[in-house]
Amino acid sequence: MEGFKGGLPIGLGYLSVSFAFGIMAIQKGIPPLAAILISLTCLTSAGQVAGVETIAAMGGFTEIAVAQLIINLRYSLMSLSLSQKLCSNYSMFHRLTTSFGITDEVFAVASARDGEVTPAYMYGLITLPAIMWTAGTAAGALLGNVLPEIVTAALGIAIYGMFIAIVIPPARRFRGVLVVALIAAAVSCVIKFVPVFSFITSGFSVIICTIIAAVIGALLFPRPVEDGEADD
Amino acid sequence: MTDTLYLCLSIATMAVVTYLIRMLPLAAIRKKIRSPFVLSFLYYVPYAVLTAMTIPGIFFSTGSVITACVGLAAALVAAFFNRGLLTVAISACAGVLIAELVMMWIGV
Repeated sequence: MEGFKGGLPIGLGYLSVSFAFGIMAIQKGIPPLAAILISLTCLTSAGQVAGVETIAAMGGFTEIAVAQLIINLRYSLMSLSLSQKLCSNYSMFHRLTTSFGITDEVFAVASARDGEVTPAYMYGLITLPAIMWTAGTAAGALLGNVLPEIVTAALGIAIYGMFIAIVIPPARRFRGVLVVALIAAAVSCVIKFVPVFSFITSGFSVIICTIIAAVIGALLFPRPVEDGEADD
Repeated sequence: MTDTLYLCLSIATMAVVTYLIRMLPLAAIRKKIRSPFVLSFLYYVPYAVLTAMTIPGIFFSTGSVITACVGLAAALVAAFFNRGLLTVAISACAGVLIAELVMMWIGV
């Protein structure tokens, strides 16, 4: 029950963003059912946007897999961090099922909780965000055609607004994050606009930008060891 | 390969990879990572990913670079003042909507 309560605000936030994802997916030519299936099975914002872009460009499966691996690598860190917080009788079965629902926000709420995390708490926490993420996508994909163009155009930017909201606050506090973000933006623009790199697809572009920017960040601005967990 | 088959295999690829990324550390690794370089790299990954996806993608997300710039500016201002994800996303949409209305008004 406590988990449910924690999941409601997360789910409400997901509704609008997944609505925007649904609109974006059909704008890229993805069928509504496929968009809903992606949200149901993947439950990840940035990875889904990159995935849809790659699919729309008929990219290869290797590209899709590597893009998901790099973009969603952060979940490994979250799972790793969360594994230290699970209660002692957290069985392998529950680990296999609840790990499906670890998102940035679920991780943030679960790790901020006092004491140990139980399977019941995790199921409660995950349920509403997962349902509302899928429902929002369905609404966006099906109603996107009905809404006037001026509204869908405005909603198309929503998901990027969410990304900006995640990056800017830590970038203000830590120079390392700011530098990493600026490098990623610069490399991304070079790949997009310099004709020599036009063979690089959007999925691989994100991978290349991420590796370059995060490696430079790790070399120039290493994080203190005890502060290694995502502290946002 | 048909479009449907391609779609199904693509979605299955996304789902399996994303699940494994989440599941493996939670199921297998019990020890803590100690390498400062790996920890730092993993810490910076989400910010690099999100920025690379936003720039320059955001400029083509609304059908007009001008309205997108207004939306981007609105989002940056809201995020700078530490507003939540939802508020920043809505600010970006509102910025675009207002810019669109203004452009319609002046007949661009």
